Amino acid sequence: MTTIEQPYAELGLKDDEYARILDILGRRPTDEELAMFSIMWSEHCSYKSSKVHLRRFGDAAVENARVLAGIGENAGVVEVGDGLAVTFKVESHNHPSFVEPYQGAATGVGGIVRDILAMGARPVAVMDSLRFGDATAPGTKRLVDGVVAGISFYGNCLGLPNVGGEVVFDPTYAGNPLVNALCLGVLPVERLHLAAASGEGNVVVLIGAKTGRDGIGGVSVLASATFAALEEGSESRRPAVQVGDPFTEKVLIECCLELYERGLVTGIQDLGGAGLTCATSETAAKGSGGMRVELDRVPLREPSMTAAEVLASESQERMLAIVRPEHLDEVLATCRRWGALATPIGEVTSGDRLVVTWHGDVVVDVPPKALADDGPVYERPMERPRDLDALQADTPDRLPRPANGAELRATLLRLAASPNLASKRWVTDQYDRYVQGNTVLAAPEDAGVLRLTESGSGVALALDGNGRYTRLDPYRGAQLALAEACRNVAAVGAVPIAATDCLNFGSPEDPQVMWQFAEAVRGLADGCVEMGTPVIGGNVSFYNQTGDVAINPTPVVGILGVIDDVARRTPMAFTDEGDTLLLLGTTRDELGGSEWAWSEHRHLGGLPPAVDFAAEKALGEILVAGSRDGMLSAAHDLADGGLAQALVESCVRGGRGARVVLPEGADPFGWLFSESAGRAVVAVPRSEELRFTEMCAARGFPCARIGVVVGDELEVQGQFSVPLGELRSAWDATLPSLFG
Amino acid sequence: MPARVGVVTFPGSLDDRDALRAVELAGGEPVSLWHADPSLQGVDAVILPGGFSYGDYLRCGAIARFSPVMEAVIEHARSGGPVLGICNGFQVLCESHLLPGALLRNGGRRFTCLDQRLRVENAKTAWTTAYTEGAEVTIVLKNGEGRFYADERTLDALEAEGRVVARYLDANPNGSLRDIAGITNEGGNVVGLMPHPEHAVETLTGPGTDGLGFFTSVLEHAGLRS
Repeated sequence: MTTIEQPYAELGLKDDEYARILDILGRRPTDEELAMFSIMWSEHCSYKSSKVHLRRFGDAAVENARVLAGIGENAGVVEVGDGLAVTFKVESHNHPSFVEPYQGAATGVGGIVRDILAMGARPVAVMDSLRFGDATAPGTKRLVDGVVAGISFYGNCLGLPNVGGEVVFDPTYAGNPLVNALCLGVLPVERLHLAAASGEGNVVVLIGAKTGRDGIGGVSVLASATFAALEEGSESRRPAVQVGDPFTEKVLIECCLELYERGLVTGIQDLGGAGLTCATSETAAKGSGGMRVELDRVPLREPSMTAAEVLASESQERMLAIVRPEHLDEVLATCRRWGALATPIGEVTSGDRLVVTWHGDVVVDVPPKALADDGPVYERPMERPRDLDALQADTPDRLPRPANGAELRATLLRLAASPNLASKRWVTDQYDRYVQGNTVLAAPEDAGVLRLTESGSGVALALDGNGRYTRLDPYRGAQLALAEACRNVAAVGAVPIAATDCLNFGSPEDPQVMWQFAEAVRGLADGCVEMGTPVIGGNVSFYNQTGDVAINPTPVVGILGVIDDVARRTPMAFTDEGDTLLLLGTTRDELGGSEWAWSEHRHLGGLPPAVDFAAEKALGEILVAGSRDGMLSAAHDLADGGLAQALVESCVRGGRGARVVLPEGADPFGWLFSESAGRAVVAVPRSEELRFTEMCAARGFPCARIGVVVGDELEVQGQFSVPLGELRSAWDATLPSLFG
Repeated sequence: MPARVGVVTFPGSLDDRDALRAVELAGGEPVSLWHADPSLQGVDAVILPGGFSYGDYLRCGAIARFSPVMEAVIEHARSGGPVLGICNGFQVLCESHLLPGALLRNGGRRFTCLDQRLRVENAKTAWTTAYTEGAEVTIVLKNGEGRFYADERTLDALEAEGRVVARYLDANPNGSLRDIAGITNEGGNVVGLMPHPEHAVETLTGPGTDGLGFFTSVLEHAGLRS
């Protein structure tokens, strides 16, 4: 008998990986088995390049009684009090969004929402971190339009308020846009669901949409290779992008929540990337190991599909539930009531084999742990980027700085109008921020704030990243993202308690990218220990590069905070005439990687701002205490664009002017535009000023009186002033004029 | 006993809980109604909430109008019972011919979520007596298909009969003809409104409490009827 070569390479498997499959099975895999291995051992599913580094998050995780579920589950879960727990996670949908922006972004929302649903939680909010190429580059408008409309279409139709996020433009993302979607869910502590199939004889029920040919090869090919590495152009990859149906998802959510409520499921898993392959092998691997699936019972959109296609399909809006036989009728009836399709497709068996049959024939017979847990693990070679020394030596000191009041004024207005600092209302107004009636703060506030209970307790969420900082120093860049997200959460008055991350990088096969990745993970893990915010879940996206050129490494960090009384939240707007403005923290001349250097001079070099976690924590405690004790009318974190941008935003948001005075001997430019971390500007009523400044003094934290909320212009005394109207048009006009 | 106000949940309804909360905040007794249940459970008034019933993949509200509950809602409306359709609910009322006209895709082609200023034009309907005619209020607007459209004759008739309930102030957010944000039927008991008053009932979670009047109005109205 002649042995025909199996198409493992086309499925994304390497020679040695194929050899291992032969070894595990002791025979040639069937087509179906080969498809399953190629999916489960893909970079996307197996984390084979990142696993050895991600262990740092676990190793470094502080003992934290709040954490109920961490990395390895569909999403991490933390207890927030009042018998409630919160689950949240950010995940990338970068490659699909480039190939088909609208559906790619839409299904990115759908996927992360099902992860949250799979933990037993009601999804209650979403956020997105979006990065595109240069705002004026050809092609950017198409992507921005498509991605934002896709998120708007899917998220709005699910009834999930979109409460914040980021939109960043930089040529580094041309051809590799980043679409990172975050979802937050709430559940009673006792309802936590884990994706385990246990209990011999329990029924495996597929709930939701029919299975079609969409999304086949999504994770193994699309998400686990660069576009240049794909033989054909990206357009021919469109079938690898799934198509979203938010109505079916909405019904699926309500249906699953009713099943949870009535205690009718013992285990549940979402079907996302890798479809049934992932859902069956992971639930089986986490349970006792045995499962039998009659694949031909899966309802198909396309009756001519093969078994391998059914296993690989990434059709959206599907969940896999494990149900006791005595509950089956009730489960099916509940699904019928909601109009959700539900089909028993198999059962949990004794033993440790996942057996899949297709019209009576056994097409898969594998140990599920081999698929889910025994994937390859690589210690990829690493090398410090060869250009990094030169990049760090090229500091912004050589750049011409505005030298007088008129130049400072013009710089402030140009920066406020630059695509990265300009108002993102054009984007956020396409999202529903009010639905569910619990949104207390949403974009452009520093963090989204949601009420969770009628007694007023709630959570805050912020999502931040900075690819330029991370390019200049991956360790520090990742820490700066963490510091900023924590600061944003503290600025609204919440205590940061947990983190999720989306790590967007180039090809792991490039040692220089791998070094950036390892350094960023190390920085983030170290930082999370210092801040007491363990990483409880997240996602890695590699292969964000075109040819040999990788994107700026972009770890995006989401921080969850808790707040006892959302009515005490601190908004960013200056609203009360006469309030004192205080600058908290230390301003240094730190312009490496700054928005000013980039926007004004297209310069990226030097070192990013220093991180001092002790100072960040002290600042956070002051902001939280100020909020809790009613001492603050407004607070705004200082980040991109420095103090100048923070003042512009708080003035415009509140419709009030401000008069600020330079400290004695300060360089006006550095004071206004430096991006030193660990700072915030706050507005304090006169009656609270002494109490607040004494609190800062008692904690030894720098606090300087810089001015007052007054009038209808922003005035930097002795330098310049700008009427509010002019500020507002500078800030508001850019995105509408770019994107229509 | 407080008046009982039912809120219908269709598959794909989103703002149903918010409407229930608004009824409660206004002092009424909120009652959940289910699309497949033809019974209105004896409620005094009915709200068809916002959302995307059946995904709105066909025409907005076109499928929801055939729900079993809608027969009862139509009967309730025909006998003078108060009905408020918000956003998607307004679309369902138009599809059910309880109100004239139609809601089309926004002029700007995009979904838009805004704190919208409105002028209350008719303070005599079952849902607007808490306002004074000409009152200017700020209420959340969020829709992708909110452009009110009707032929000229219908528009003229609506104007002449005082059946325009609210109009957009400042910039028209969706291209609605004659800036119309809401209308009523001849009896003043059925009101369709594109903006979402249920999202303007608490200062903490909305732009203010300007929307509360719609709910207190109907409670008062129900009190008078009973």
